Formats: sequence, C-alpha cells, structure tokens
Amino acid sequence: MTFIYPTDSNKAHPLPLSPEYKSSIKRAPNKPLIPMRHTLSELTGPVYGHETVREGDNDLTTQHTGEPLGERIIVHGHVRDEDGRGVANTLVEIWQANACGRYVHVRDQHPAPLDPNFTGAGRTVSDASGYYRFVSIKPGAYPWGNHHNAWRPAHIHLSVFGHSFVSRLVTQMYFPGDPLFPFDPIFNSVPDEKARMRMVSSFDLENTKPEWALCYRFDIVLRGKNATPMETH
Amino acid sequence: MQNSAKPEGITPSQTVGPFFKYGLTPTGEYAWNDAFTNSTLTPDVSGDRVRIEGRVLDGDGAVVPDAMLEIWQADAQGRYADPQDKRALPNASFRGFARCGTDKDGNYSFDTIKPGTVPDPDGKPQAPHIVLAVFARGMLRHLYTRIYFSDEAGNAADPVLSLVPADRRATLIAVREAGKPVYRLDLRLQGDGETVFFDV
Repeated sequence: MTFIYPTDSNKAHPLPLSPEYKSSIKRAPNKPLIPMRHTLSELTGPVYGHETVREGDNDLTTQHTGEPLGERIIVHGHVRDEDGRGVANTLVEIWQANACGRYVHVRDQHPAPLDPNFTGAGRTVSDASGYYRFVSIKPGAYPWGNHHNAWRPAHIHLSVFGHSFVSRLVTQMYFPGDPLFPFDPIFNSVPDEKARMRMVSSFDLENTKPEWALCYRFDIVLRGKNATPMETH
Repeated sequence: MQNSAKPEGITPSQTVGPFFKYGLTPTGEYAWNDAFTNSTLTPDVSGDRVRIEGRVLDGDGAVVPDAMLEIWQADAQGRYADPQDKRALPNASFRGFARCGTDKDGNYSFDTIKPGTVPDPDGKPQAPHIVLAVFARGMLRHLYTRIYFSDEAGNAADPVLSLVPADRRATLIAVREAGKPVYRLDLRLQGDGETVFFDV
C-alpha cells in the first residue's frame, strides 16, 4: 500500500497562464506538465521542529523598539489536510505590506511611508493539532503596474510546508468584504468561486482582544493523501 | 469554525509576488533573519559535496531576478529525513532542504551533497536526483521539477526521466564542469529549451 496525493485536488489552483495577470505571460510554461507517479521524493518533505523559529517570531508588532502604525490584528487558523486531519509542526511563514500598503523592498517605490517599526515578516510552527497564530498590522491596499488603476486587495502572504513536497503551498490571505476583489487578476486567477473564497479570512469577533486587536481566522487546507494503490498514468 | 467538519477543498495557491525577499530569503539584507540558506551542509555530513548553479530565464530568455528555488533531497545513502521514509537505513543528521533566491542576474546556487538512490513505487532504483520547486512573481503556483547529474549512468534507466521525451531530458540534467564538483543547470520557464515540469 502506498499513499498518494490525488491530483484532482490541484483543480483548485490557478492555471499557470492567466493572461489578465501580465507577469504570467512570459513565465508560465508553454508545454503541458508531465504526469508522474509519486515516489518517496515527492511523498516526503522537510519536517520542522521549533529550532528554526524563535520566540516572538509570530508577533510582527514587537520586532522594533516602537509600535508600528495601523490596525493591530490577530490572525489565526487551523492547518489541516483535505481529509480534515490537522497538520502538526508545520512551518508557517508570512510576509506583508505595512498599514499604508508599502513593502520593505527596494522594488517597492509606491509613494506611501515606510514604517520604521514594521518589517512585515513573521513565522511560526503549527501546534500539535495544527493551529497557528500571528499578531500583526492589517496591511493596506497598494497600486501595481498590471493595468490602469490596478490595486491589490489587502493581503498577507503565507507559506506552508505540510506533510510532503507535493503538499507545499504558498497562498495569500485576503480580508472579508474587500471592494477590490472583482478587479484583482491574482485573486481571480482561481477559476472556481468556492475555491477563491477559501482565500478570504473570516472576521472572528469571539477572539478579538477588547481595547487591543481585531481578529481574523484563516484556515489553510493542504492536499490530503489517500490510502489508495498507485495507478499508472 | 473552531471544530469545523471536513473542509470542501484545498486552499488555492497564489504567487509569491515580487516582495517575498525580506520574508523568505533575506540573506542579511533585512533585519529579519534567515530561516534557510542555499546550503544543506553541516560540518559532519557524509557524502560527496557538490555545488549546483545556474540561471533562471523567462520566455524571452531574459533573466528572472526575483525567483525563489527550494530543493529537497535524500542523503548520500538515499534516505530522506522524514518519518515517512521507513527503510532500515541509519538515520543521518542530513536534513535535505535548502532555499535560494536568484540574484539580479538570475543566478542561483546550492551547496549540497550528491544524493543516493531512492526507489520508485515498484522498488526500482531511481537515478540520484534532487527535487526542485520554482517560485516567482508571475507564477500563480510553484512549478515542480527535478535535477539529475550528468555523470550518473543510472539516468538511462531512471523511471521518471523515461517519461520525458528524449529531446527534453537534457533540461533536467545538471552538467558537471570539468575537474570541479560543480554542476550547471539553467531553468527555462518557457520557450526554447523549456525546462520539463511535472504534474504532481
């Protein structure tokens, strides 16, 4: 018996070429991907203990001497696979713009202020049941050069490893009710609406901290493996 | 939400965008510290030390200065540092993962060891290989490929290379430089000499 990750799950992902997103035009492969059976190389993946993560790495508001500007938020959620199993001890890395929509990056020349008290990078490891948590600042929308008057909806980038090299995921968490959703080619690169909406966090009133921070919940669902004999493509 | 039932499907992938560098590959440029480097090496690791280097190019042949590559590989005896690898091989300290951002000229490099042989699902040996994930602005989902080594006789019988049309296999084979433990492999995301990417 060999565990496999069914390729059907991949239908939720964007297609490599999404012409409305202009950067994909010269960077998406022209030739079809070649199907292959999973071997140990695909079924295994990096396993992270806590040694790569320092205490406080999941609080982006305390990395500098002063308080960052903007709306303090708690982001938390459950990392699980599509069979509902929590993914324990998986590294979750995040990066984001500041409250004004500016990244700490030489290529970001958007004329919005940089915040000396906000870098916008963090990481944590999911707990034994697969739960993770960050404290941060709500990122701002920002303009980009994709098309006339293009603005990215506010988002936080997340990178998750999962159980294997084929469950590796990099995604973006969006905020509920953003008026920029219909105009964003990256958000809309996901063809299925239900799948697209899985990238939108939910406002979590119950877990806000009164007088201190609002809270958003973002569950991350990775590919799951079924105990199915491998089939030859 | 706290005890939600089986979810309806997976979370879709999105691009890393152009601004991941201070979060994922800072290499000393930003205050944030690196979780990973482009080396899998530890002082006591056994095996042949090699360097793999090359460039990432787009459909116009222009260099891609904002790509991120990740490798995952077995140790010198072919064992993965993962509890799912249950073969009776001694457990080495080799971790097998590294991450690298391309520089302004599209260059990447990894310092690692030559991996051993890993079986395919039928138990047949695969030629030594490293799995590689490619992330970049413009790539809505990362691409999955493999790196093989030009001086391995086992390549001819490798079950995965055999799936690849013969005239495209070279895109997966890093070429050893004469007299040096250095292998070169350029990645072409699109167009002439397009790298073979796998649907996994």
